[in-house]
Amino acid sequence: MRIDIEDLHVAYAGRTVVAGAHLIAAEGEITGLVGPNGSGKSTLLRTVYRHLKPTAGRVLLDGADIGDIPPARSARHVAALPQERGGDFELTVREVVAMGRTPYKRAFAGEDATDRDVVARALADVGMAGHTARRFTELSGGERQRVLLARAFAQQPDVLVLDEPTNHLDIRHQVELLALLRTRRRTTLVSLHDLNAAASVCDRLHVLHGGRVVASGPPREVLQPALLAAVFGVRAAVAEHPLTGDPLIAFDHRSPVDGPDGAGIPMSAPSGVSGAGPGRSHR
Amino acid sequence: MIGTLAGRKETRGRSDRQDRQERTRSVPAGPLALALALALLAALTAAVSWGSTSIPAGEVWSVVGRRLSGEAARPGTDDLIVWQLRVPRALLAALVGAGLGLVGTAVQALVRNPLADPYLLGISNGASLGAVAAIVLGLGAGGSLGLGRSGAAFVGALATFALVWAVARRGGGFAPLRLVLAGVAIGQFLSGFTSYLVLRAGDEQQTHSVLFWLMGSLSGANWELLAVPAVAVPAGWLCLQARARGLNALLMGDETAAGLGVDVTRLRRELFTVTSVLTGVLVAVSGAIAFVALMVPHVCRLVVGGDHRRLLPVSALFGALLMVVVDIVCRTAMDTQELPVGVVTSLIGAPALLYLLDRRLGSGS
Repeated sequence: MRIDIEDLHVAYAGRTVVAGAHLIAAEGEITGLVGPNGSGKSTLLRTVYRHLKPTAGRVLLDGADIGDIPPARSARHVAALPQERGGDFELTVREVVAMGRTPYKRAFAGEDATDRDVVARALADVGMAGHTARRFTELSGGERQRVLLARAFAQQPDVLVLDEPTNHLDIRHQVELLALLRTRRRTTLVSLHDLNAAASVCDRLHVLHGGRVVASGPPREVLQPALLAAVFGVRAAVAEHPLTGDPLIAFDHRSPVDGPDGAGIPMSAPSGVSGAGPGRSHR
Repeated sequence: MIGTLAGRKETRGRSDRQDRQERTRSVPAGPLALALALALLAALTAAVSWGSTSIPAGEVWSVVGRRLSGEAARPGTDDLIVWQLRVPRALLAALVGAGLGLVGTAVQALVRNPLADPYLLGISNGASLGAVAAIVLGLGAGGSLGLGRSGAAFVGALATFALVWAVARRGGGFAPLRLVLAGVAIGQFLSGFTSYLVLRAGDEQQTHSVLFWLMGSLSGANWELLAVPAVAVPAGWLCLQARARGLNALLMGDETAAGLGVDVTRLRRELFTVTSVLTGVLVAVSGAIAFVALMVPHVCRLVVGGDHRRLLPVSALFGALLMVVVDIVCRTAMDTQELPVGVVTSLIGAPALLYLLDRRLGSGS
């Protein structure tokens, strides 16, 4: 299944965060969303997994407006891994993963053989099969993300939506998680902070800036020094990764473009978008 | 290809074993519920049997059997004490306990805080204010059953519900934290009013009656009073049980719940409504009983885990058992007078809460 986002506008906490975004997550491709803090990545993803409603524009799931589909039905096709941690409620790893069956179950329905099978497979897919009885809150950050990914797998989705899934993970766990996305490949829409990770894991990138998509295409075409300067306000050289051949972005960590206040960035936020400039987090 | 398939099969076999291990690890909910139900039956028998006049358990059941089979009641004090006084009271204790267990479980998921209860949302305070106003201003004087008082408690709960809801919804969002802050603020405001009314109470008898109410009491039990909770508590349980998966999803966060196909705003609205109505019913018949709604789900979660499909029935049963036992203590601890149940629940609940907090901090979460 594919996702088409058409002229999407979303307001969040009273301000317009996404202002006319167009993008495509093609069937079976890993589509990356990159952009500075406050560019609207999370907000855009939240409309895809229906935490937020668009103020205008549409999110299409295989051509059908997702807003016209009952929530439980669309959750059978689209599974999300949001950036939230949940409270401490004595849930076990297995109970968290079993939540992925929610969109398939009626009220009062118990767990059947299919559910047990799907949950066991999801746990095995992320390498957490041996940890079913552990408390979710006792897990390390990397384990936690893998369990949440298993919960998303348990929804048996056609589309995966992940909001910065590698945040707060050490490098080994980052690599493991991204490798999982590639081996268990399906239509994937993922926002990533790490541009090098995005360059090697994504088939296609969309660059968000001020609530709009300002560039789209294969990572090699999109991640150019001029764009990095314009959107992220940093100086960078793009080389070839000596091991993988992917684009390798080497940042100049000593000073941003045109001094520390970032003045003189050529591509400013489009008009009609207030307060969504670089450096403002909406998380 | 064949190798991969074989590998997959093996992993699957291993995880099946894991699942079996997991099921035996925590206390299985089915047998536990059965044990709790049996314990509840025993406690109910003891509650009817024990008291200022001791009645043997056999006699208790034969009175109940005669009454239920429609046989002519044998006139006598035993029949009167068992059927008119103690059975309704024991049943009220069980219903109130079950209701508090359910309400606490629902509120904790609703605001995603394992240390929440209806007090936190101000609903209990609103119900108390209603009841106290009825007592002090004499609204309940007309009804011999105190229906004026119960009705006022119910109205107080619903009015508070509407107010807290309106405040929490302002600005469009519906964050758990907003709900809690709105509830605490409005609850404090209302309990200020309640204190004022207590001070204004005309005579000593009224003050005594108000204080007893505020601390929670089952002494008003009779068959008529049982009718509303006997319908509301099972109905509330069914409403919540039907939403058990949604409650589970809420524990992980609103975005996760939305991603699982749960209509979060609607679910919260439904939960808040069920909770408020149930709390109103409970406070109307028993006053504001502290700590039970907070403690019961918490303790049950430690035993059966956080899955609401198991947690809801176990919390209801354990709450019922706890309240029946507490009421026995209240009736028999002192020879001269009865203790308000709230006194005992606070004396048990506060140390239990401290112990649990300690345990939580100890486990580093």
